[in-house]
Order: sequence, then structure tokens, then C-alpha cells
Amino acid sequence: MRAAIEVIGLRKRYGRTVALDGMSFTVLPGRVTGFVGPNGAGKSTTMRVILGLDAADEGSALVGGRPYRSLRAPLCQVGALLDAAALQPSRTARNHLLWLAHSQGLGARRVDAVIEQVGLGAVARRRAGGFSLGMRQRLGIAAALLGDPPVLILDEPVNGLDPEGVVWIRGLLRSLAAEGRAVLVSSHLMSEMQDMADHLVVAGRGRVVEDTSVADLIAAASDGRVTLRTTARTEAMEALARAGARVAVQDRDTLTVSGLEAGRIVALLGANDVPFSEVAAHRASLEEAYMELTRDAVEFRATIPRDGTATS
Amino acid sequence: MTDPSTVMTDPTTGGRDGFPHLVRAEWTKFRTVRGWVAGMTLAVVLVVALGLLSAAGSHASCGMGGVETACTLTTGPGGEAVSDRFFFVHRRLDGDGSITVRVDSMTGQIRLPDTVPGVRRVVAGVVPWAKAGIMVKDGVREGASYAAVMVTARHGVRMQHDFTEDVAGRSGGVSPGSPRWLRLTRSGGTLTGYESVDGRRWTVVGTARPAHLPAAVEAGMFVASPGDLTVSRGDLGGASVQVRFTEATAVFDQVRVEGRAGGTWSHDDVGVAYEADGRTPHHPGRFTESGGAFAITGVGDVAPSVDGMRIESTLSGLVAGLVAVIVVAVLFVSAEHRRGLFRTTLLAAPRRGRAFAAKAVVVGAVAFAAGLAAALTVPLGARVLRANGNAVLPVSTFTELRVVAGVAALTAAVAVLALACGALVRRGAAAVAAVAGLVVVPHILATASVLPPEVVRWLLRLTPAAGFAVQQSVPEYAQVLGYYSPQGGYYPLPPLAGLAVLCGYAALAAVLAAVRIRKGDA
Repeated sequence: MRAAIEVIGLRKRYGRTVALDGMSFTVLPGRVTGFVGPNGAGKSTTMRVILGLDAADEGSALVGGRPYRSLRAPLCQVGALLDAAALQPSRTARNHLLWLAHSQGLGARRVDAVIEQVGLGAVARRRAGGFSLGMRQRLGIAAALLGDPPVLILDEPVNGLDPEGVVWIRGLLRSLAAEGRAVLVSSHLMSEMQDMADHLVVAGRGRVVEDTSVADLIAAASDGRVTLRTTARTEAMEALARAGARVAVQDRDTLTVSGLEAGRIVALLGANDVPFSEVAAHRASLEEAYMELTRDAVEFRATIPRDGTATS
Repeated sequence: MTDPSTVMTDPTTGGRDGFPHLVRAEWTKFRTVRGWVAGMTLAVVLVVALGLLSAAGSHASCGMGGVETACTLTTGPGGEAVSDRFFFVHRRLDGDGSITVRVDSMTGQIRLPDTVPGVRRVVAGVVPWAKAGIMVKDGVREGASYAAVMVTARHGVRMQHDFTEDVAGRSGGVSPGSPRWLRLTRSGGTLTGYESVDGRRWTVVGTARPAHLPAAVEAGMFVASPGDLTVSRGDLGGASVQVRFTEATAVFDQVRVEGRAGGTWSHDDVGVAYEADGRTPHHPGRFTESGGAFAITGVGDVAPSVDGMRIESTLSGLVAGLVAVIVVAVLFVSAEHRRGLFRTTLLAAPRRGRAFAAKAVVVGAVAFAAGLAAALTVPLGARVLRANGNAVLPVSTFTELRVVAGVAALTAAVAVLALACGALVRRGAAAVAAVAGLVVVPHILATASVLPPEVVRWLLRLTPAAGFAVQQSVPEYAQVLGYYSPQGGYYPLPPLAGLAVLCGYAALAAVLAAVRIRKGDA
């Protein structure tokens, strides 16, 4: 399958700060690719390079095999949402989309279609300056959908959405992927990717830490661990340790055991008369898997990023 | 053979972000922000309202024998305002022929500024443009077509015709020891002027084809002496201009008319003004003749006149209007930078030079239209001024169109300059201050005359404020002594050259802005 987005060995530094340090990944059509990593991992910089806004010092980024700056009618090739606050406050939502449409040779009919699609029909002729963050996100998504593009790039689209909005955007992005589009969505919160992304690109310190499917990532992070609930914590730990298991204390009556199967644990505890109320195979949350992966990659910055925005 | 489906999906051949689409998008952007449309409208309203209000409030009347009349201007064959006052001793000349004279002397008197109020202080002397010579003229009506060759007090021999045309001959004046011979020859519609120091060896000064010269003309000797000009600079800047009475007397002899000359010599004090009684001439000229020698005394000038209001005087609100245009043009780009919206613009138009060019086209076109609407004040205001009895210097339709279109072009160039500065500086207030400092401040300094005149002239040559020259409707005449200052409406550069300086600045700023936009991260 032809990659919709190819990011090849991007390097970029701002003064002495390394923003991108060999970032490479591809985004395939037909699925939602989550682009996650802590703040400062280089997600937004990568997206800006893909979209031709920033120039990389090294490497290249291609959309449909071409650099963004060489695209004709680019909004019909790639739809992007970078900063939902980037609006002229006194311009109405509809007029904001109208100038974008005109720049691509599209008409007002397409504007009205996307504005209904994102649920802003009732406020289309209101000034965008009065919009909540959630409404601005919807307007930004409408702009991304305007050219009916095969590729979508969305930077933190869930930010500021209410729970209903989060559910809506999950469904929207999944259906866009189901139509065969390539969807790249960034977030600094792994939990947002649950039930949304099929594939994950995890970034840290300007490079890709993990490039994997969501299912594989969770399985790897779970790593055969077992959760044990018992009132006799000390006895249980001694019995299991003697059998060669590694035991970690989670709280007063919960232990996490690794190195032994659940069946063996039940047998061991029975043989040693240790009472227990629950033995369950541990299924890692995406968040835990992510913490595991990025533990080394988190970089706490004392300085404010160059553009003054909080996300990276 | 090309597969049509490939063509349809190939992103390189879509071509839907053609430049016209970008221009349309920028126009949509402009018209959908109410503040910007209001700002441009305000610019037009300011110019029109200030201009028409001042025109409506300006009334004038002139007295003629105790009767109030509208102030009228004498106009020459080209339609321009002229001063046509001189003493003329002439006879009729039918068809081709020539007139020859020797000018023996030129003397006169000049009234100096009073040192004791009310006491006339008159000294002997002649002003530099005092004229004595020979002329053929279409009758003695003021403003009629003519051609003349003359000696002047300080500007040598001149050949002039139809008021605006002036050709220099040899320098030097006349004195009893060194007379000057002059000859004017008519051949069909062409007049040739000659000069000689001895009456034998003649030099051509120039040729002229006056606009309306009938077969029978008046040919003869004339003397004129324009008023003396004193410019005094006030303590707080500004200048007061005083014009004082002078007269010149020239002695002619060796007068010879060849051709079909009719009758005897007659004389006219052409263009003389009258006292309040309507009969007594004010500062009359005179002449005496004895033994073929004529002593003629004349007052006035035969030249273009620059006394009167100018059509562009109704553009007093132009500077205020331009400030509004500058603010809107700067905001058109700086607001996008402030909101991060410029990135969205570049997503839609990744070829950045074209994105900026589309913006410049739109802001330039909008400003041109606004400037054109504002400049309609010029014909409307002139009409109001004339209806109120004011003497407005007439100009040709072409000049009027040039002023109107020039003001529109000036507005457009200022808007593009402001847009480019907004894109370079990216801070709205700083960009507005910079452009106002480049365009408006030099013009205010120049017209407020707080600076020495030479500094002002250089400001209006070198800064973008040079573009204001495009509104000047009446040119500076080398052969008319006047106080040609910017506050009087005279710019050091010709109209289109001044506009070109401004356009140069706008183009330079636009190129720098495009380079900056193309190079950096957005």
C-alpha cells in the first residue's frame, strides 16, 4: 500500500534545542494513526514540517509522494487542523470557510456541507470570536474537511471538546479512515487514543520511540502480569517469592505478580493456606503502556517553546 | 496517450489554486471583516467631507467699479490662467512681414516694503523679469495669442509666445552704451525672433507657432514689469508673501515695420486695472515719442498666472484618509500574524510569494478604488468653489484626470507599502507608525514649513512622501517669479516622478516582505 505520509529522517534544531532528531515514520491510508508523546517530543514541529510551514534542517516529508509546497489545490490533497484559535474574531464561521474554499476554487455549497457535517449549522453566521474552544475545534475540523482530502492531519483535535464532542470526533475519524483516508492525529494524552487509533507512532525527544499497532502495544505492556487481591499480603509475597516470582505492591491488599501464570499462583496460594479474593490476568491500559515507553523520553523543559504555545 | 484518470488525480495538474483563486480568497477575507471595510469607507468619507466642507465654506467676490462680481481669471489660448498686462504701442500688420527695433535703455522703479507704515518707499531699479521688446498679437484683448522677442533685466534675451512658452537667447541686459537690436518676422503661422548687438549680424533666438494668429495682427513695442516679491519667514514657520508695485521704462528707436502695415501707431494699456470709480486707471502705463524714439513705461506681466486656488486644494483631508488606509492595509496582514491565521493562509497557498502577491493585489485594488472615490472631491470641490465665486486656476481635462487617477494610484501605492511593512514588522502598531513616519510625517513637516525650504525639498524628493506631487495641477514656471513652496502646492519633483519614487518604495518593501515570508518558518 502506498504511504499517504512519509516522514524520513527529519532533523531540526532551534538554536541549541534539538526539536527533531531523526524523526521517521509513515502513515498509511485506511486507518487512524495516533501520534503521541509528551510535550516537547516534536509532534507539532513534525506536523508543521509535513505541511511545509517549517523547514527541516535535514530529511524530508512527503504527502502522497510529494512535498506539500509543490501541491496544487493543497487543501484538496491534505486537510489540516493545527491551531483552532487561529481565527479572525470578527469574521463569521461561514466566511472563514468561504475564503478557504475560494482559495481552492471551491464554492459556497461545499462550505455549507462541511459546516453541517461538523454540527455548526446553527452558528454558521455568527462571529468566530465568540466561539468556545470546542466550537473552534469543530470549525477547524470543518476547514480540514473542506477540500474532501484523502489525507488528514490533526494536531490535538480533542483539546477543549466536551465528552459528547470527544465521542463525536472518535466516530468521525474512524469513519473517515473507513472511507480509505489516511488520518494522523496527535495528542499528548494516550488515553485519548483509546478506541480511536488503530496504529500508534510514539515520539519522544524528537524521534520515534515506538511504531506499532494499538493491540500489540497493549499486549507487550501487559507482559503476563497477574493482579492478586489478598488480605494476607506478607504471606502471599513470601510464598510467591519462594517459587521465583517477582512481586510488586500496588496497594494495601493488591499485588502485581510477574513470572508465574495465574493457575500456578492459585495452586501455590492454596498449598500455603494463603487467603485471596481475586486473581486476574492484568490488562495494561494504553496509558500504562505509554508511560512505560516514554519513561526515558520525557523531557522536562524549563523554557517556554519558541512559539509560546503550550503544546509541542 | 495519457490516461484521463491519471490526469484527474495528479495533483500537479489540478491547477485549482491558480492566482485568480488566491486573489478571490483574499478579497473574500477583506470584505468579511467589517472593521476593514468600515476603515476604507471612513478614508473616503474623510477626504470627501473635509474637502467639500472647506469648499462650501470658501466664498469670494471681487469688486468692479463698486459692484461685486464673481472673480474671473484671464485665460490664455491653452486655457490656463494668465496675467496679460503691459503697455503696447502697435500698428496693424496684415500677412507676412517683420518689425525691427533697437532697445537703448531700460530703467524703472520699485516700491520697497514700507519701513514707516503708510509712507511709500520707492527706489530706482528694474526687477529681474522686467520685459521690453516687440510683439505680434491677435488684437489687444487680454489673453489673446501672441509671440514676442524681448530683453529682460536679468534673464537676457527671450523669445516667448502664448504665455507658457519661453526660450532663452543670449544673456545680458541693455544699457545706453550697449543697445540690443530685436527683430520679429512673420511667415505664415511661424514667427521667428532675432537679436543683434549692431543691427547687422543677426542671431535667431527661436521660432514660435502661436495657437490663433489671424492674418491681421497688431505688431509693436511693449514693456511690462511684474510685481516685486518679498517672502518673509515667520517665527513659528510659515511664510508671508508680499507683491509690490514696480514699473519699467524702455527707450526704443530705429523702429522699422516691413510688410503691409496699416495706419499709425496706436497705444493700449492692456489689462490695466481701474480704481473704485471704474474710470481712473490704477498704476497706468504711458509713452512718449520724439523723433522716432519711443519711451514706453509698462506695469504688469505677460506670463502664466499662478494667483488663484488650485483644484487640489480640496484634498485637504487626503492625509487623514491615508492614515485610515494605512491602518487597514497593515491590519490586513498583521492581524493574521497575531492570530496565527497566516499559517492557514500558507496551508491554502503554500507558494508563499504568490500568497503575498494576492494580498497585495487585493489591498492595492481596494485602496485604488477608495482613492478614486475620494479623489472625485477634486472635480466636485472645484465646482463648489467656482459656484461660490472663487477664482480656481483652470486646468485641462487631462490634468484633472491625472490628478484624480494619480490620487487613486497614490492611495494604492501607500496601501501596498503599508501591507509590506505589516508583513515585515508583523506588529500592527509598529508597522502603522513606520508607514506614517515614512509617508505622512514628511508631508506634514513639509507643508507645515517648520523646516528650512531646502530640507523640505529633499524630504519630498527622497521619502515616499514624494508621491504627493501627483496632485499638483499647476506647474512651476521658470519665467514667473513666485514663491514655489510645498505648502503653496509646488513639489520639487514632477507629478509622475514623485509617484514613481513612492511606487519604488512600495515595490522594494513588497520584495523584502516576500523574501522574508518565503525564507522563514511560519
